[in-house]
Amino acid sequence: MAKVRGAVTVNTERCKGCNLCVVACPSKVLDLQQKEVNNRGYHFAYMAQPDNCIGCQSCSLVCPDACIEVYRVIEK
Amino acid sequence: MNNNDIIRPENLVYKKPSLLNDAHMHYCPGCSHGVVHKLVAEVIEEMGMAEKAIGVSPVGCAVFAYNYIDIDWLEAAHGRATAMATATKRLMPDKLVFTYQGDGDFAAIGTCESIHSCNRGENIAIIFINNAIYGMTGGQMAPTTLLGQKTATCPYGRRPDLNGYPLSITPLLAQLDGTCYVTRQSVHKPASVRKAKAAIRKAFENSMQGKGTSVVEIVSTCNTGWKLSPEKANQWMEENMFAKYPLGDLKDVESKG
Repeated sequence: MAKVRGAVTVNTERCKGCNLCVVACPSKVLDLQQKEVNNRGYHFAYMAQPDNCIGCQSCSLVCPDACIEVYRVIEK
Repeated sequence: MNNNDIIRPENLVYKKPSLLNDAHMHYCPGCSHGVVHKLVAEVIEEMGMAEKAIGVSPVGCAVFAYNYIDIDWLEAAHGRATAMATATKRLMPDKLVFTYQGDGDFAAIGTCESIHSCNRGENIAIIFINNAIYGMTGGQMAPTTLLGQKTATCPYGRRPDLNGYPLSITPLLAQLDGTCYVTRQSVHKPASVRKAKAAIRKAFENSMQGKGTSVVEIVSTCNTGWKLSPEKANQWMEENMFAKYPLGDLKDVESKG
């Protein structure tokens, strides 16, 4: 059965760490950095569980700062 | 297959709309304005109207909208965005003219202009962000503030005997003959973002086809003004705002046939 794999890239300097993408993700892929911050002092989002990503774009749709790019492939 | 094999240009399915420029938005983390800016940029890009679009920005948090979306913008006096859009559209009917207003601009100081523009049936699209509070000035009570909601100027909650009732202006506009499409959407979940985008697209298309005024109300959060986290603000909106401001199409001339 074909398996959908996804990945996201976060524009870490644009991210404001609002946590909305973390909540919106149905596969619990994203999380906010616990210690690292960007230039503005925000704990930016990153892929904590990259293997779970299905490329559904939920995170990028709710992101208020448009800092998430989504990639998707269908594994044969 | 590891991440580096997935992150390739040919696999890209979602990216920042190119009309949304790289300027850092001044909005608070989690603000709904950012999502709506993104949708406006996406819709204009998809319609291929980047060279023809003219936005009218309000006074309020969205006052700097012209810094973020790469189209032509006008900055109106407080509340007068629809009046300015009226003139712009009448002088340049081939342009896509829309206003982007908050509740303090559209439903408080600009109520007169808003209602009369809709009543005249100007061929403009109105995007109305309703977050039930004056966000930019520090969270004071707005006409749209819910009963019992605490703000800086009603710290014990809004009381009808003292402060009057919340103003739900969109149903009023739906009664007017000039409007062709009046809808209320939100942007708190992926599905609602998609619906809001379709509504904005329809409003813009109506304005280009000369059908009348289209109003898209977006029920939004102001997590700073409400003093909640972005996530809690979305929950609070679902629990409280949607009772007074239910989502859905209020008027659609087309669907009546």
